[in-house]
Order: sequence, then structure tokens, then C-alpha cells
Amino acid sequence: MNKIQINRWKDQLFKIWGIACTLVGLILLVVFIGDILIDGIMRIDWGFVTDLPSRKPEKSGIYTALMGSLWILGLTTIIAFPIGVAAAIYLEEYAKKGRFSALLEINISNLAGVPSIIYGLLGLEVFVRILNLGASVLAGSLTLSLLILPIIIVATRESMKAVPSSIRDASYALGASKWQTIWNQILPASSGGILTGVILSLSRAVGETAPLIVVGALAYVPFAPGNPLDEFSVLPIQIFNWISRPQHGFIENAAAAIIILLLVTFMMNGVAVYYRNKWQKKWK
Amino acid sequence: MKKILFLAIFAVAIVACGEKTTKDKQLAQGETTLSGTIRIDGSSTVFPVTEAVAEEFRAVAPKVKVTIGISGTGGGFKKFSRGETNLSNASRPIKDKEKAACAANNINYLELEVAYDGLAVLVNPKNDWVDSFTIEELKKIWEPAAQGVIMKWNQIRPEWPNEEIHLFGPGVASGTYDYFTKAIVGKSGSSRGDFTASEDDHVLVQGIAGDTYALGFFGLAYYSENKDKLSLIGVHNGTEVVKPTLETVSNGTYKPLSRPLFLYVNSTSVASKEVVSFVNFYLENAGELSKDVGYIPLPKEKYNTQIASFNAFVAKNK
Repeated sequence: MNKIQINRWKDQLFKIWGIACTLVGLILLVVFIGDILIDGIMRIDWGFVTDLPSRKPEKSGIYTALMGSLWILGLTTIIAFPIGVAAAIYLEEYAKKGRFSALLEINISNLAGVPSIIYGLLGLEVFVRILNLGASVLAGSLTLSLLILPIIIVATRESMKAVPSSIRDASYALGASKWQTIWNQILPASSGGILTGVILSLSRAVGETAPLIVVGALAYVPFAPGNPLDEFSVLPIQIFNWISRPQHGFIENAAAAIIILLLVTFMMNGVAVYYRNKWQKKWK
Repeated sequence: MKKILFLAIFAVAIVACGEKTTKDKQLAQGETTLSGTIRIDGSSTVFPVTEAVAEEFRAVAPKVKVTIGISGTGGGFKKFSRGETNLSNASRPIKDKEKAACAANNINYLELEVAYDGLAVLVNPKNDWVDSFTIEELKKIWEPAAQGVIMKWNQIRPEWPNEEIHLFGPGVASGTYDYFTKAIVGKSGSSRGDFTASEDDHVLVQGIAGDTYALGFFGLAYYSENKDKLSLIGVHNGTEVVKPTLETVSNGTYKPLSRPLFLYVNSTSVASKEVVSFVNFYLENAGELSKDVGYIPLPKEKYNTQIASFNAFVAKNK
């Protein structure tokens, strides 16, 4: 009896500890977002979204930076999504378990931990200089694609692994080929997890500053990119630039731009959650 | 070629033309037809001035695309020496190594000063004992040997209180820190390590504003924005105590804590008329615009002599 009580008590204690840990994260988030909202919400209007950067804080807008971020987002998706998923399919379904695939796996996990600025240096040398793409949206997107590829691969493999083997066996039993099984059964069944992984990794890409500064993203561009080889700026660079200015108006601008950036990532996370639920239901 | 020649003559004519209003009119007429791209990179300290000029230039030459990066002075010179940029922002003069890199790629350049940046020495408004510092006193406080030794105000002057001194300064990666240590300690990047450092100067403002025994330094623009929270201290320049103001920084009496900000022009770029017209526009308007962003203009004559030397440079390299 006594022992049971102690165990229950421990159970309670752990529960409280767990709640406290959850709250720490939540409270910090609420404080940060609240602080940013107080500083910046009044600054957001249509002009803020459509104006070009200016030396006068009240006249500046984020048009070019926002457009640059959206371009980066779109191109990075187009590049990283197919490559990442295809690589994961190969590793999960086709690769023979041996030294070579073990080496690949270790390297991919290691890549996921490489600091982002290193990717920036790689992008500067390979994409900007050797491939001669210049400091373009395309060079930036390729760099960010490298950055998030390992995350997409890992997430995709995990969700493919989670598909019950009964599905696979049933498909083979009905005479389906390997590719038919992957395309018609495994991928639809795991697509919720794959999409979540892709969108979360893109949310990370949209917040990156360091690799893009190295690649040569600009702080002042008076025009939105018109094609993949145009120069560009992105929201995090605009925010970084405004925060380092002495005038208080720019601090408000930075807060307002942070709100917009948060909105973009929240919307992306929302889309991820929506699709995950939708696909899960469909499959069941 | 004829066109370029015409433009060079035209540019010289503009400079020679003293009357400001007619000059502006001519500029406006001549430049609405300009197009092309001007690539600028370099120091983030100089960025606000160049951004302001580019912003105003939009109205004069709407088809010219001016882009500005913030790779830092060193990063900017790297691109400049490869010929990847037309102009380079710099918060220090070009180094020998960077000169060699330019020479290796056959890039000649012209150095232009565009504005001054003053470094302010600040204390808390409740601090009523400090009226000025000498360079020696600042050195005594900030030099590497002071670490763990100079800890109290009365170690600097005996009549100052027997209280701990709390030091605030920009992060060691910043150009402001480099400049301060060079001017005060004598060697760039050499100082004591036990001070509160922040890359964000707003944090330094908060720190000094909330601590009676604080002492710190940062760019004058941050003081101008926070005059009510901070108290500005004059520095003895060898003959008198001077506080940094528009006048004292501009006329050079506030020394050694004021520095020029530079713009470097690539010789091959001056063949394109939009670059020539942009740089002329820059030198004509940097005085007004640098004040807007918190820096200090050069004396008017200095801009004029630089316009002349720029146009000589253009004539030589066209």
C-alpha cells in the first residue's frame, strides 16, 4: 500500500514537472509574441506591405523583402521537395543495407547538424561563382535547398517507416510491383508526415539569414525579383538591418516585419496541419 | 563613345555650374533616361547613407536599379576587388592586402569620404562627478592591463566616488569597437575583456540608462536618439575638452573619436553614365542625407573638392 502511494505521488510529481516544462515554452512564446505585437502591430498597414525601403522609418515598407522571401520559398520548394522525397524513397526502399548506405545515412544525419553559415559559404562558391548564377534568387534557393534536404529526407523516411508492413505485404500479395506499391500505397499513406516535414523545413528556410547574407542577398533592392536570376532581399535581412539602426521608428518597423514573417510561418504550419489531417482521414 | 564623352563633359559642366536650382533641373532632365544596374556592397555602418542616397536617386533616375548589400567592409572589398560590384561602402580605408587583390585584377579605384561618424562616451544622467575624460584616462580604463585592476571610479581620479565602475561597449566584431580601441588603446581590437558587450547598441543604451555607475561608448546616432536617458561626456583632444556635436565632429576638433566613412569607386564602372551620375548625386546630397540617418556631414568644401577629383578620375578612366 505504502509503495503504491509513493508511486502515485511520483506520478503526480512527474505530471506537474511535465506541465511546468510545457508552460515554460508556452509562456516564453507568449511573452515574445506579446512584446512584438505591442511594438509593431500599430505599424502594419497596407503601405507597409507595398512600400519600398526608405531612410525614413514611417515611409519604409517591406515590399521587396516580402517578395524576395516568397520567391525563395517557392523556388526552394520546387527544388528541395522532389529531390528530398526521391532520395528518401531510394534510401528507404531500394538501397541495399550495406556499408555504402550506412555511409550515406551517417552523412545525411551529419548534414542536418551543419551550421547554416557553412551552407552559405558552399553556396557562394558553387552556385554564385562556379555555376555563375550571381547573387540571384536561384542561387539563394539552391543553397537553402541543400540546407533543408537532410531534414526532408529524415522526415520522409520516418513517415515511410511508420506505414504498417501489412499494407506493403497486401500490395505485394496482389501482385503489385515495387514501384506500384510505393506509388499507390506507401506514399499516399505517408504523405501527411512527408508534407509536415517539408513544410516545417521550409518554415526554417524562410527564417534563415546567415547563409543568404553570405550568398549575397542584399539589404536594399528597389525592385521585386522578376525572374530566378534577379537579385533579392528577404524579410530576415530587412529585420536584421532595421534592428541595427539607431532611430526608434526602425525598431517598430522591425517588430512589424517580424509579425509578417511570423504570419507567413504560422500560415505554412497551418497548411501542414490541415494536409496532415486530411490525408490521414483519407487513408483510414 | 561619343555619348560617354558628352556625358563626361556634361557632368563636369554640372559641377562647374554653381547655381543649385538650375543644376538640379539639369540633373533631372538628363537622368530620367538613364537605365542600368549599380551594384554596391560593403560596410553596414555606411549602408544607411548609401540607402538614403539610392532612395533619393530613385526620384531622379527611376530606371536605374541600385542594389546595396551589407557584407561588411572586408566582404565588400572582396567583391569589389573581383569586379563584382561598382561601388564599395567602407568604414575604414582599404588595406594593403585588399589593394593587392584589386591590383591583381586590374581594378583601379578612387576613395571618397562621404560622412563622419562620431563615437560618443556616455555615462548615466545621475552621474554628477564626471565632466570630461582625457585620452589617457580612457586608455587606463579600457586597455587590456586594466582587466581586474581598474575596477573603481576613484582609481581614475581620486576625487571620484569609491564605487565600482561598470563598462559597456559594442561587440568585439563591430567596426565601432575596432575604431575605439585603435583610437584609445592604440591597437585595433585590443581591450580589456570584462565589460558588457552587445552587438545591439540599444542594449548598451538600456544598460547605461539603468546603472548609475556605468560608462560606455557607441555611435553618436544612438545618443541623439536617447538624449534624455544618457549623459554625454566631453573628451580632451589635447588642447581643450570637446563634446561631439555636428560642428565639432565636422570641423575635426572632436578627436580622436570621430572617423570618416568611405565610398570606393571602381575605375571600370565610371564608363557607365549611371554610375557617374549616381556618384555625383551622392556627393552633392550626402551632406543633407547623412544628417537624416544620424551621421555628420563633411564640410561643404570637402564635398566640392571630391566632386572635382571624381570627375578628373572619370575623365582619366573613360
